[in-house]
Amino acid sequence: MSHAQAPKGALAKLLIGASLAFVALFLVLPLALVFVSAFAEGAGAYFEALADEETWSAVKLTLLTAAISVPLNVVFGVCAAWLLSKYDFWGKSALLTVIDLPFSVSPVIAGLVFVLLFGSGGWFYSALSAADVKIIFAVPGVIIATTFVTFPMVAREVLGVMEAQGSDEEEAALTLGASGWQLFTRVTLPKIRWGVAYGVILSNARAMGEFGAVSVVSGHIRGETNTMPLHIEILYGEYNFVGAFAVASLLTLLAVVTLVLKQWVEWRTARAARGFEGAPAEDSLEGQRALLGGAP
Amino acid sequence: MSVRVESITKRFGADAGRVTGVSGVSFEAPSHAITSLVGPSGSGKSTLLRLVAGLEQPDQGRVLVEGEDLTRVPVQARRLGFVFQNYALFRHMSVFDNIAFGLSVRGASRKEQAARVSELLELVQLADYAKRLPDQLSGGQRQRVALARALAPRPRVLLLDEPFGALDTQVRVELREWLHRLHEQTQVTTLLVTHDQEEALELSQHVVLLREGQVEQAGTPTELYESPRSAFVASFLGGAQILKGQVSEGQLQLPGQELSADVDHADGAVEAFVRPHDVRLVRADEPGGAPARVERLIRVGGFVKLTVRLDSGEVLQVQMSRTAQLDLGVEAGDPVRVDLGGIRVIARRGYSI
Repeated sequence: MSHAQAPKGALAKLLIGASLAFVALFLVLPLALVFVSAFAEGAGAYFEALADEETWSAVKLTLLTAAISVPLNVVFGVCAAWLLSKYDFWGKSALLTVIDLPFSVSPVIAGLVFVLLFGSGGWFYSALSAADVKIIFAVPGVIIATTFVTFPMVAREVLGVMEAQGSDEEEAALTLGASGWQLFTRVTLPKIRWGVAYGVILSNARAMGEFGAVSVVSGHIRGETNTMPLHIEILYGEYNFVGAFAVASLLTLLAVVTLVLKQWVEWRTARAARGFEGAPAEDSLEGQRALLGGAP
Repeated sequence: MSVRVESITKRFGADAGRVTGVSGVSFEAPSHAITSLVGPSGSGKSTLLRLVAGLEQPDQGRVLVEGEDLTRVPVQARRLGFVFQNYALFRHMSVFDNIAFGLSVRGASRKEQAARVSELLELVQLADYAKRLPDQLSGGQRQRVALARALAPRPRVLLLDEPFGALDTQVRVELREWLHRLHEQTQVTTLLVTHDQEEALELSQHVVLLREGQVEQAGTPTELYESPRSAFVASFLGGAQILKGQVSEGQLQLPGQELSADVDHADGAVEAFVRPHDVRLVRADEPGGAPARVERLIRVGGFVKLTVRLDSGEVLQVQMSRTAQLDLGVEAGDPVRVDLGGIRVIARRGYSI
């Protein structure tokens, strides 16, 4: 990394001051306000708001959604990254573009698509209602929409790691007789684990915080299909500010934990990468010679 | 375990970029010997090795080991050891686990693994390094671990892809000697890919010289060195210089020069080659040879490299020991006479009298 020459004097102070003011105004202040508002009527009111049954149901649904969509994304993401980095096939670039689709489409539209597919009058509606399966305005819809919007997170991360590391170790494992499964569990997975961890953190954060797509498919049924972001909006709409901000504070705490984890994983990844590149610090000839010369 | 490659062809699509294919390549690597696949970059030698290993699938042709057709056998089942130029060690495993990998995936017991690994650590002289991670080793040490890992499952053939290419010269020369001793101990049939002609000549009993995806000439190092069948072989091995000439009645005549040499070749236009250390210089006031002038003289340790321009216009590179140069007493700019007694005619492939 090259350090550009630091601006000097008044200009530097101006730039640093402006940046700090911006960060304070747009990032720190709103976050602080969340907690201030949550505790506006004291700790008692705060915990009372959290103890609310509907709030708990929203927290549980959010956790359930993340617990299902994140593992799905891990499995899909690792498979897709494997496919895209190890094989050349027709339509590869098309698949790469499609994977990014959830990033480029507005979440509301993503939600609408699922309503059109599974909702009343949708393509699969008659088949689903015949089987007595309800997706839209029910928990499965929330999970499907969340999985959709978090789709590219793990795949993108792992793909990057796999492409950076190449396939040499995999080829070596093959020549040593490893089966496909041994190759994956013993060589590839350890190589990409920090990429996977990073992807999990990102998709978990998005899964818990998703509003748009979930809002369209959930139907906002209290105690049933409300996730935390949806519940916050409802409470806020009802002028229950303490309740809204209490739930918001939980989500904010989650964000902070995510950031810390993310930092940690980045640090671990950087350390692993450093160890890789800067390794042969001492390609010491003397050491070599001593070893070689010591041969009988 | 002899390896036979029969008219193998592999083409890569236009988007494959720098990977070179091979077309219609056949050669045989004898048992217990080191066979070098040598050629400039882009000659397809690494592709050929990967085809033998099964890391690439040929479009046509066959790969046989000890008579058994392996062409359709998957990599894992071929039991060939492969050593990559960039080591390709498992970065997250210790040296021990790296070497044991090929044994453990085949279900060897912990005890068997430990015994074999310590045997190999001894062989590659890294007994004290078993617990290290690859990142904690030097380049030469990593390459020896890679070699031990490839040897651990007792492969039928050892395939080495530019094994010393990423190392600096001194380590490379030492590892080369070490590999020579190792091969004498293990006697594993070995295919060695290298672009370094010296490595090929020094290490192998058999050389396959490739050019643009085809075999240019194959044989013992001496055969290729002494009797190259093309100007390419002559200049690739030993840096021979090519001169065009005419043979008549057993005499090689080089145009515009009074020098001639006795050769065993039929009459006609020929290409002749002479290596820098086979050109003899004599003082300008002595008889024999063609008149010339030393244009440039560079001292490289105990050697001197001279660029000599013949009066007829041809430029020759000459190499001699520093002592010989001092005895001769020539410096840059001095007139000399050139004796091309060491010149030979290239016997063309398919040449008939």
